[in-house]
Amino acid sequence: MLRLEHIAWELPDGEEIIRDIDLSIGSGKLVVVTGPNGGGKTTLAKLIAGIVKPASGRILLEGEDITGCDVTERAKRGIAYAFQQPVKFKGLTVRDLLDLAAGGGLSEPAVCGLLGKVGLCAEEYIDRELSAALSGGESKRIEIASVLARNAKLSIFDEPEAGIDLWSFTRLVETFQELQAEQKGTLLVISHQERILSIADEIVVIADGRVKNSGTRDEILPTLLSEERTIRCPHGKEDICHE
Amino acid sequence: MNKITETLLRIVSEYDGDFKGAFNIREDGGCAGRQSTENVKIESKADKPGLEIHIKPGTKGEKISIPACVTRGNVDDLVYNDFFVGEGADVTIVAGCGVHTDSDEEARHNGIHRFFLEKGSRVLYTEKHIGTGSGTGAKRIDPVTEVNLAEDAVLEMDTVQIKGVDSTIRKTTGTLAARAKLIVRERIMTDGEEQAQTDFDVVLAGEDSGADLVSRSVARGHSHQVFNSCIRGENRCTGHSECDAILAEEGTVSASPSLEASHVDAELIHEAAIGKIAGEQILKLRTLGLTEEEAEERIISGFLK
Repeated sequence: MLRLEHIAWELPDGEEIIRDIDLSIGSGKLVVVTGPNGGGKTTLAKLIAGIVKPASGRILLEGEDITGCDVTERAKRGIAYAFQQPVKFKGLTVRDLLDLAAGGGLSEPAVCGLLGKVGLCAEEYIDRELSAALSGGESKRIEIASVLARNAKLSIFDEPEAGIDLWSFTRLVETFQELQAEQKGTLLVISHQERILSIADEIVVIADGRVKNSGTRDEILPTLLSEERTIRCPHGKEDICHE
Repeated sequence: MNKITETLLRIVSEYDGDFKGAFNIREDGGCAGRQSTENVKIESKADKPGLEIHIKPGTKGEKISIPACVTRGNVDDLVYNDFFVGEGADVTIVAGCGVHTDSDEEARHNGIHRFFLEKGSRVLYTEKHIGTGSGTGAKRIDPVTEVNLAEDAVLEMDTVQIKGVDSTIRKTTGTLAARAKLIVRERIMTDGEEQAQTDFDVVLAGEDSGADLVSRSVARGHSHQVFNSCIRGENRCTGHSECDAILAEEGTVSASPSLEASHVDAELIHEAAIGKIAGEQILKLRTLGLTEEEAEERIISGFLK
């Protein structure tokens, strides 16, 4: 449903952040993009959402070239994006945001249902302002709910686990699994979390602006975990490292 | 009342063809309708233009409407309204104002309101201001509000300047006795060459009295707004004032908050923020399918809600 062809992007000073990425993402899949910090994952997500424009290459959504489409147009075509750092709004409530995300007419039970999916008690939050009074974790979960409200063809979540507590994270993983089972849309999740990697249909490893590896979970995850252990314990024996 | 008044009333005072409860409609300096109730007496002042509104002690749930409209140029309406709210009463006062001119002559309303809230009484005061008409004459509204709160009295003021007022100077002063509370929510929109000035001066005289003043404003076009506030803590008390302003186009805002504490247990806070709409706010709403213009309008309307 999504195809990236030779996508490249660089900073104004010429530093290459994304280098000639080719990637295909199938419909109804849960695809997890992972890799080291600074490798280009968030930039890749922003390129797909239209927040930044590629220096070269093409982006195709369901066969249509959307490279020239701006953020609004891509949203209208079915791409939703959850920001890594949620945005605060004075005067806009949680209900307002979710209603806007859903395109209007969202019933109160529907708002409550969305908040429940991210582990928030609806009664407590529905009329709260999206201001600095909300904690980082609360804002993050509301941000995720705003993307769930869109029922998009492609939903992109940039490190959804960042800043949220263990219990909410568990609920979030369950929500991803429910969406995965329903196969209503494609999920693209940027994450380092093993629990999210372990439910992926496919994993893409991005490093140094390139696709370092990609494949099914069973193909990629064992290698990733092995590499992680090597980095954590270069001697190969954890008991030695712990001494 | 004339058609312009009727139109303005629908915008500023919850008028739907009729008023429920006590009311007085002021039109171009005269009275276009009045009604008292058993608990709320509205009478003309004997010595100057304006009203004396007496609300009996213990009155609950009544709404009092006192809108004022100026419907043509060359009207400079000055009115003195005094509200006497009896002990333990709990009422809503709706006081909208619309000024309209289709000529090059100025239309002005200057309402001087004094509130005397007796012990334990509560008032929700709502006020919407708007300027309309095709004339080049200035549309001005200059409200002066004096608040006197006895022990345990609570006054909540919810005021909005919708649009079209060329010039406004809004002065609010208050003196609070023990445990009295003053809550102000002010929202002002200016555009074009409009000017708006807000002055708050509140004295927290009684023990455990409190004031919470929040002003949100949007200055568009070449408009200019000034926010001045002073909270004076003279006893153990809490005071908070907040001025948030959004600038658009060439709009400018000046905020000068001040706090004066003359008691060691006075807790006073001020917050102020002025700036354009944050780029990430527009971007977030665009990721929900709004255009840049729609996002900006939604952010402003939410901010002033």
